[in-house]
Amino acid sequence: MELQKIEELLEKYLEGTTSLEEENILKNFFSNDNVPSHLTDYKMLFGYYKMNKQEMSKTRMIPKKKNNYIKWFAVAASLVFVTMLTFMYLQNNTTNQENIDTFETPEEAFIETHKALQMVSINIDNGMENVSYLEEYEKTRKIIFK
Amino acid sequence: MNQQEFIALIQPFKDKLFRLAKRILVSREEAEDATQEVLLKLWKIDTASLKSVEAMAMKMIKNYCLDQLKAKRSGNISLVHNNYSDNYSLEKQVIAKDDLNTVEKIINNLPEQQRLIVQLREIEEYEFAEIAKIVDMNETAIRVALSRARKTIREKFSQL
Repeated sequence: MELQKIEELLEKYLEGTTSLEEENILKNFFSNDNVPSHLTDYKMLFGYYKMNKQEMSKTRMIPKKKNNYIKWFAVAASLVFVTMLTFMYLQNNTTNQENIDTFETPEEAFIETHKALQMVSINIDNGMENVSYLEEYEKTRKIIFK
Repeated sequence: MNQQEFIALIQPFKDKLFRLAKRILVSREEAEDATQEVLLKLWKIDTASLKSVEAMAMKMIKNYCLDQLKAKRSGNISLVHNNYSDNYSLEKQVIAKDDLNTVEKIINNLPEQQRLIVQLREIEEYEFAEIAKIVDMNETAIRVALSRARKTIREKFSQL
């Protein structure tokens, strides 16, 4: 009697017309050990469904933490920014002071500046020598495009 | 809503989200990522205005995972898929019938829609009306798909 009812339910089950209660009857029946041998396939199937329902997620839900993390990051970044600004400001101040009065007299300073400029102009002359042959191009260009 | 209230709200269905994600994406890590992602989204929206947070969350994770799958497919999925079908026929010969993994493989080889419905009905034990909300199908269509899936699973299993 019992088995006949189960077979009927299985028919309905395969047609997708069983209710959740009826499916629970089936699940309970197949979780027993005394399942007829021709229905052992169902025992495996329902066993799998039951087991799968136990599977848990390891996901930790911590949305608040994530917000905090961003907040702290912003705080740290702004701190770094401020310290960098003050550091640069202080450094500029000190170098300015060092640059003032490196020479005793204006003459001395003039000679040193003159030397430095001289060196620059020599180097520019060197460069100009190399550039001079570009004029050849200019000449040929004029020949071609009269 | 504070953090504790939110955790209490999601506790009843957090694992359901994860299991549905795993059914679609197969990989455990990807399913965890998807769950995390959807819970974060849920945290941001106003859940007080929703009638059923659970159905909404299930729908969100279903859509999220299907999008992930689509993105993956536009990549190098053809290669992966070929490998998979080869593996499957090989495993068919090797794996013993009484292995629970076999059931999982059969289910994961079903069409996407049927896989979703099997997960929601057989494992999470949702009523058809609830499933209809999650997968955007009418109840008759769901019954048909479920019946088809149940028959396929049984058939494949008895062939082993």
